[in-house]
Amino acid sequence: MEILVCVKRVPDTAENEIVVNSKGTDIERGDLVYSVNEWDNYAVEEAIQIRDNVGGSVTVVTVGDADAEEILRREMAMGADKGILLSDDAFNGSDGKGIAAILQAEIAKGKYDLILTGAQADDGAAQVGGMLAAMLDMPYASLVNKIEIVSDKVIKVGREIEGGNQEMSEIDLPCVLSIQTGINEPRYVGIRGIRKVASVEIPVHGPADLGIAAGSVGAAGAKVKRVDYFVPPMGEGAEMLEGSSDEIAEKLIELLKSKGGIK
Amino acid sequence: MTQQIFAYISHKNGSADDSAFELIVAAKKIDSSASVTAIVCGAGAELDAVCTAMAGVYPEVWKVANPALSYPNAEILRGVLVNILPAGAITLVPHDTFGMDLSPGLSIKLNAAFIPDVVGIEGIDGANLKAIRQEFGGQISTHILCDISAGAVLNVRSGCFLSDDSKASGTVVDKSGQSGDCKTKRRFLEVVAAEVGDVDITKSDVLVSVGRGIEDQENIGIAQELADAIGAVVSCSRPIVDAKWLEKARQVGTSGKTVKPKVYIALGISGSFQHMGGIKGNPFMVAVNKNPKAPIFQVADIGIVTDLLEFVPELTEKIKEMK
Repeated sequence: MEILVCVKRVPDTAENEIVVNSKGTDIERGDLVYSVNEWDNYAVEEAIQIRDNVGGSVTVVTVGDADAEEILRREMAMGADKGILLSDDAFNGSDGKGIAAILQAEIAKGKYDLILTGAQADDGAAQVGGMLAAMLDMPYASLVNKIEIVSDKVIKVGREIEGGNQEMSEIDLPCVLSIQTGINEPRYVGIRGIRKVASVEIPVHGPADLGIAAGSVGAAGAKVKRVDYFVPPMGEGAEMLEGSSDEIAEKLIELLKSKGGIK
Repeated sequence: MTQQIFAYISHKNGSADDSAFELIVAAKKIDSSASVTAIVCGAGAELDAVCTAMAGVYPEVWKVANPALSYPNAEILRGVLVNILPAGAITLVPHDTFGMDLSPGLSIKLNAAFIPDVVGIEGIDGANLKAIRQEFGGQISTHILCDISAGAVLNVRSGCFLSDDSKASGTVVDKSGQSGDCKTKRRFLEVVAAEVGDVDITKSDVLVSVGRGIEDQENIGIAQELADAIGAVVSCSRPIVDAKWLEKARQVGTSGKTVKPKVYIALGISGSFQHMGGIKGNPFMVAVNKNPKAPIFQVADIGIVTDLLEFVPELTEKIKEMK
C-alpha cells in the first residue's frame, strides 16, 4: 500500500507559553520550540504499522519553509521511507484551502492508496484533510482512531465521536483519513535515528514543479485571513490563592470543606 | 445582505441538538434581519418530529427525507447539501465530530470559504465577514476576515451563542426530490459504545482530575492519594488517556464522559474547550497549574499557580493530619 502522510511543523504548546506580540499581528515566535504537530505523529506511526503489515511505502510531505525539513527527517527517523518538502515564498500566507491545493498538486504527481493527515493542529483548524479529499474526489473520514485493512480496495475505519463512542464504517480506497490521537503509541525517536537519515536527500518542490498558478495560493489566494491576535477577554476569572504553599494549602482545605470537597 | 443563511440541524432520536437553537442566534449576528432556513435531513417519523419542532424556531424548514439519511453520514450529506443549497449560501454547521467531518469538504464542493470552530461573530464589512476563532488550546484568539461573496460554511462552537428562545411559525418545505442519489464510498456500519471502566466517574460528587501537567505515569499516584484522602475519584483529560496512563472510562470531555460533580479539582489541566465541554452543572472548580495563562484560570473558581508535583503531596499530607 502506498501511503502519504501530510505533516506540519508547529510551535510546541506543551513546552511554550504563547504570547501575542506588541502589535497584535502575530504571536512571539522568537523563543518558541517547534516540533511535529502531535496528531501527525500518530498518523505517521499508523502508516508505518500498516506498511509493515501489508507492504508498500510511506512518504511524508509538508508545506513549509526550509526549517520544516527537520520534521520530515524526524518522521523518516521514525520509519517513513521518503520525505517531500513543498516550499516557496509564493506559498506563504496560504489559508487552509491553499495548503490543500498545494498538497493536491503533489499528490496528483504520484499514486497513493491512502492519504493520512493529523486530525488537527494546535495552530490550525482541522480542515486540510477534508478539503484535500474533496479536491481529489476521494472519500474521507475524520477523527479516525482505528484502521483495519480489509483488502487492497476497502478498509474499515473507526471514527471517534461524542461520548467516547466509535462510529465504524467501510471506506473504499483510495481515501483520505484524518487521524486522532490515541490510535496507537508513536515510537520514540532518538538522536541516533535522526543522524541516520541526516544525509538523505529531501526533494523540494515549488509552484513550477507542481503546476500551481501564481496567485491561486499564498496570501493572494486566501479567502480567509487572520486580522490580528489577541488574548481572549478574561471572564471574572479565578480567585488566585497566593502566599507560601503552607498558607495556600490551608486556605484551600477550608474552601474545599465548605463546598463539600472533603468527606 | 442578499445571501441566504442556512442552519444545518443535528438531531437524534427525534430531538434536535442544542446547537439547533444556537445556530439561529449565530445567524442573526451575521445579519440581524436575515430570514434563516433550517435544513433537516433524515428519515421516517423522527425526521418529521424534528421538522415540526424546528418550524417553531425557524421561519422556514427544508426537509430532506431519504432512507439513506437515517444515520448522519457526512459523506452522503455533503452531496445532499451541494444539491440543495443555492449559490452564495452561508451555511452554519455545529462544530462537533459530524461538522468536522462534513464541512471542510463541503466548502470545497460549494467553492465557498470555510471558517471552522467559530466562537464569535462581529458582523459583515463589505464582502467580508468578521469572526473570532481561538488557537493554541484557547490561549490566543484571532479575528478572522473571510470573503463570503461566493458563500461560506461556518462551523460554530457549541455554547458560544446562547439560545434566545427564537419563536416562529415556520413552513416546512420538502426538498427530498433534490437530494440526489445518496451514493457513497463510505458506508456506515455501526456505533460501538464506549467501554465501561471499573470506576464510574459520572457518579462521584468530587473529582480529582489530572492533565498533561502530571508529566509522568508514576505521578498519577499523587492525584490518587489526594483523591483517597478527600473521598474523591480520579478522572483525567485526553492526553492522559492517549498516553495510556489511565483508562478511557476516566476521561472527561466531549470525546469522553460528561460529569456533573459538586467539586472539580483540575491538576495540570490547561482547560481546552473539549475538556471543559464535559463538565456540566457549574461545580466549584479548583485549578492547579504552572502556567499562569492557562485558560482554565478563566473558568475556575480558585486558581493556584504552582508546581503541582510539589504542592499536591503537601496538601494531601495536611488533609491526612487534619483527619
